Amino acid sequence: MTASSPDRPRRTDPRSFAVRALSMMGQLVVPLALAAVTILDESDMAGKLAYALPIVLAIIALNFTLAYLRWTRLTYAVRDTDIRVESGLLSRAARSVPYERIQDVSLEQKFLPRLFGLTEVKFETGAGGGEDLKLSYLAEAEGERLRELVRARRDGGAEVTAVQGDAAEPSDRLLFAMGPRRLLIFGLFEFSLAVVAVLAGAAQQFDFLFSFEWWDVRQWYARLSGPGHWLAELGLVAQVIAIVFALGSLLLVGTVTGLARTALREWDFRLERGARGLRRRRGLLTRTDVVMPLHRVQALRIGTGILRRRFGWHSLKIVSLASDSGSANHDAVPFARMAEIAPVIAETGFALPGGDVEWRPSAPAYRRDRAMLGAAVLGTVAAGNLVFGQWPVALVVAVVGLLGIPLHEYLRWRLDRHAFDARQLYARHGWFRPSLAIASRVKLQSVEIVRGPLARLRGYADLHLGLAGGRLRLRGLPLEEAGRLRAAVLESISGNDFSELAPPA
Amino acid sequence: MDADDLTSLDPAYRSMLRLQFAIVAAILFAGASLAEFLIPGYTGVVWLPVGLLALWLLIRMPMRRYAARGYSLEGERLRVVRGILFRSDTVVPFGRVQHIDVDQGPLERAFGLATLTVHTAGTHNASVSLPGLAQADAAAIREDIRVAIRRHTQ
Repeated sequence: MTASSPDRPRRTDPRSFAVRALSMMGQLVVPLALAAVTILDESDMAGKLAYALPIVLAIIALNFTLAYLRWTRLTYAVRDTDIRVESGLLSRAARSVPYERIQDVSLEQKFLPRLFGLTEVKFETGAGGGEDLKLSYLAEAEGERLRELVRARRDGGAEVTAVQGDAAEPSDRLLFAMGPRRLLIFGLFEFSLAVVAVLAGAAQQFDFLFSFEWWDVRQWYARLSGPGHWLAELGLVAQVIAIVFALGSLLLVGTVTGLARTALREWDFRLERGARGLRRRRGLLTRTDVVMPLHRVQALRIGTGILRRRFGWHSLKIVSLASDSGSANHDAVPFARMAEIAPVIAETGFALPGGDVEWRPSAPAYRRDRAMLGAAVLGTVAAGNLVFGQWPVALVVAVVGLLGIPLHEYLRWRLDRHAFDARQLYARHGWFRPSLAIASRVKLQSVEIVRGPLARLRGYADLHLGLAGGRLRLRGLPLEEAGRLRAAVLESISGNDFSELAPPA
Repeated sequence: MDADDLTSLDPAYRSMLRLQFAIVAAILFAGASLAEFLIPGYTGVVWLPVGLLALWLLIRMPMRRYAARGYSLEGERLRVVRGILFRSDTVVPFGRVQHIDVDQGPLERAFGLATLTVHTAGTHNASVSLPGLAQADAAAIREDIRVAIRRHTQ
């Protein structure tokens, strides 16, 4: 399928023009509505409308024309060695991306394009922070064709033809999928405290939108003393009811938000093992289709939450070499049992820590120092508040500083562990959102030992490991332990060259 | 593991640091003088502390910073040690170097020095720079690393 593809420049799908126009209308409608509200506030509506309407129509017409011209001028050509995109109305730009530099092709379907059966094709070059080449929008079939073609072309030069046949064949094997039932449970765990906080804050900011402050017990009281004064006479009961209502509505909003967000993002989640790596598809309105090539997997992160761990739910993220728009961590398995995650891990070539690895803690002095420092700082703040007569604030700060921080540090000291075996490095940390990082020793890039003044005084050190696409650090290690780890990692790294890590891509 | 077998930077780097700190000190002193003029009566409340600070910057700081820095190329690994308060000790094996820069700023050129920067694929320590090498040394190290990379790739 790869050899004979027409070489002439093509345009993007004509329907993408319709999508542009529609989304542009969407963008225009909001400002126009706002303008209308402010302008048409006054009485002589008809007169003003007569002035405004032609202008509005002209703006819309101009935008349409521009979008159309831009569409006619954007062409892409699939050539022998590269993909070339030419664009621009007045200033022309031509960008060419050689196949060797294309790490992968990802397809993304936002809501509107999806209605039209279109998809956005992105050629990931892995250029750090640079813009990737995008084509929006192409027909789904065309996107799929480009993806296969790029893969085949890229492999064509170096590898044997068997790989080509393999790549062309849709031999995807399902590794993990989430049905509606799983999504429902997932959504419940995604209860959004942040949304609740924002809403509560917003309610306070925009209280003019409500006729009264609905969480203010006294106002409820006043309100209830009107027609419902029999309720008010219940006194304490009415207050309790008010509080329960307020809390209940916030809880409801948080739950619904969590459910809705999760469903939108994770709908029909499928993780498959394709010819070139793991392929993930998910999303309800915006459907994304991402391939994570296995040789670019740098490390794994298994996460959970303090609550979901009780129920045995975990997630798996893949840290990869791709620097695609800031989030190089790909959700591979967002919500599953360890038994479901383990096969995926095996597929990536990594392994869970065996039973015989030796888990080591950080230096007790490190946690103790942090607890003391935190307590000292917050204790001072509390004392200051007390001096100025702010005793409720002082109490809260004192509780956080003298109980919360030491407890946190103690838990971190109890739970944070690191270990390494012949191939991998493991770092486990956190109690509220426990996570386990699994890094391949040879895939690390550099090792750094950092020691602040306190660390030097007390004999511990932070170890920063250079990980492509992620961050891996072990804080507050005993000094000799840091040295031991560094020696071990360096020994593995020196054993092979970077070019052996990532096959020619 | 701190000071053992580290190579010191070029002695000219000490002079360059002194010049750099002299510029900072001069600016500080000029500011202090201005403040002193504005405060009626030459009390010296600004001059004295700023003067002491400037002296410290001139005499003590360059020595300390110079002493705190060092590098080693042992075992095909670039090791860079730096920092007075926060000491960092970074090791980049030659096999993980993506590309190498040798830069010369205007001051560095005047002193015949150069900064060697190696880039890695890691997010942390994406680039590790080693200032204060003699220009010829920097170029030689660059060649060493390049040769090592080529040998590994083949």
